[in-house]
Amino acid sequence: MLQIRWHSRAGQGAVTGAKALADVMARTGKFVQAYSVYGAEKRGAPMSAYDKIDDKPILDHSKWMIPNYVLVIDPSLVFQEEIVDNTTEDTVFIVTSHMDKDDLLSMAKHLEGRKVFVVDAIKISQEEIGRAIPNTPMLGAFIKVSEVIPFEDFLVSIEDILSKFPQKIIDGNLRAIKRAYEEVK
Amino acid sequence: MATKYELKSKEIWDGNTAASHALRQAQVDVVAAYPITPSTPIVQNYASFLADGYVDGEFVMVESEHSAMSACVGAASAGGRVATATSSQGYALMVEVLYQASGMRLPIVMTVVNRALASPLNIHGDHGDLYLGRDAGWIHLMANNPQEAYDMTLCAFKVAENKSVRLPVTTNQDGFLVSHTAQVVEPLDDDTAYKFIGDYTPMNPMLDTSNPATYGAQTEEEWHFEFKASQHKALIDSAKVIEEVFNEFEKLTGRKYNLVESYKLEDAEIALAVMGSAYETAMVAVDKARVEGIKVGLVMPRSFRPFPYNEIASKLKNVKAIAALDRSCPMGAMGALYNEISGALSANGQAAIMTNYIYGLGGRDTTAEHILEVIKETNENAKAGKRVTDLQGFINLRGPKLSFN
Repeated sequence: MLQIRWHSRAGQGAVTGAKALADVMARTGKFVQAYSVYGAEKRGAPMSAYDKIDDKPILDHSKWMIPNYVLVIDPSLVFQEEIVDNTTEDTVFIVTSHMDKDDLLSMAKHLEGRKVFVVDAIKISQEEIGRAIPNTPMLGAFIKVSEVIPFEDFLVSIEDILSKFPQKIIDGNLRAIKRAYEEVK
Repeated sequence: MATKYELKSKEIWDGNTAASHALRQAQVDVVAAYPITPSTPIVQNYASFLADGYVDGEFVMVESEHSAMSACVGAASAGGRVATATSSQGYALMVEVLYQASGMRLPIVMTVVNRALASPLNIHGDHGDLYLGRDAGWIHLMANNPQEAYDMTLCAFKVAENKSVRLPVTTNQDGFLVSHTAQVVEPLDDDTAYKFIGDYTPMNPMLDTSNPATYGAQTEEEWHFEFKASQHKALIDSAKVIEEVFNEFEKLTGRKYNLVESYKLEDAEIALAVMGSAYETAMVAVDKARVEGIKVGLVMPRSFRPFPYNEIASKLKNVKAIAALDRSCPMGAMGALYNEISGALSANGQAAIMTNYIYGLGGRDTTAEHILEVIKETNENAKAGKRVTDLQGFINLRGPKLSFN
């Protein structure tokens, strides 16, 4: 089972991002779960969201997981040690930051020796979508790093999932996804 | 005419979305509701469906859950197909009117998203609200995942409106663990779903002014007992209708539901009884235990009321020890599942060793590993041929054990 944990602040779109990823993967015939964990429902409060993806129906309804991927879409949460909870040395971290990887790792000691990829999903979403909603660019970065499905297939599915939005928003998100796919490192 | 909603053969829905689409497809005449976490999206989605032309009925905004259920009683006695949704404190505020609805034999469907009862305040899932309503004269059906939340809601209308039943039904799904967890759901198309439920023909509707009827009459010593006993008999007898509806649903969808669900019980020496999403988590634990050589199975009443006494006893006739897991704090007694199952065994001359575990209060995480520990403890009782573990324990409780003997 592929297990993914998102760290976000409420309002940044981690739940929507987790559900969109589940939707994309389900279209390839996988079974999925997407859920979130938060206390008081306050905008800006740290929260986590989760994806489980498997070839067979997912029966485990506990919140606990050992993530294969940790996606951090708020730059300040990169410095919270909680992001390494229940991870292994194989866990891959994709984090949002304007800093380059070396500078970031010199400050975020808990990520030392870990598999870390950096993308500035905040800047990308501000420039391409017009708002700091870093969830879709993070998906672009995740597809690049994980190679779970071909990028072209991902784009077809995500465009359909976004189809309820105005064309301007769809185009902005697609540009953001493609840019993050190129820029993550 | 309501616009048809285009659905894919597989949707990624959480339990709330699934329940709200089932309400939409049932083409309910009146939904009266006062939204409360975590069932808010059911009401919110339904209002959106109405505003967007996907529903022909009426949505009544009210000032409290007491009023919501009161409006449901009014609309249902007038002759409408009626539904609502609630959780926790909202459910508690409705309780007086829940008894009115069942006593008036009104087939209202309520999609409940189970949540802990305050105090202390908690928005997360447990079965405190379900257990609060268990004697209210409603049928209570359990859904363990979003697909089941959808399926049970469709079945609920067909059970409630059956002429021999005419009782209100709740469908129950765990707050957040099901209501806010998106999974693959295979919905029926609108026409097929509506055809399965069928048109509603009310009995003695108040709007039929040429045949005046009284709802909520006063009955003292001379008639109250007969009313309540016949209501109780109808609830007990509804088990047969529930099975018929499940059979019909299986023919339509291939998805088979039973009054009592079970997992790997055929050769089991011990069993766990558990309801809700933890039943599925427990399947994972059973598979792990079997790798270790422990022959364990699971049992779950799909219908908490009517409680399938004889069916559950029959399923458990070969096991030596049973742990009943209740997701509600019984406050001074054993949990309801422990009591009902002990009674069912006793009535059938069975004597498995019974223990009770309280788990998951206020959304406390219960993992497959936690349940595996319960399986191992239950196995100790079976091996010893007598109870060697605590009578009542708590799963994943921090601090002192607080167990009871």
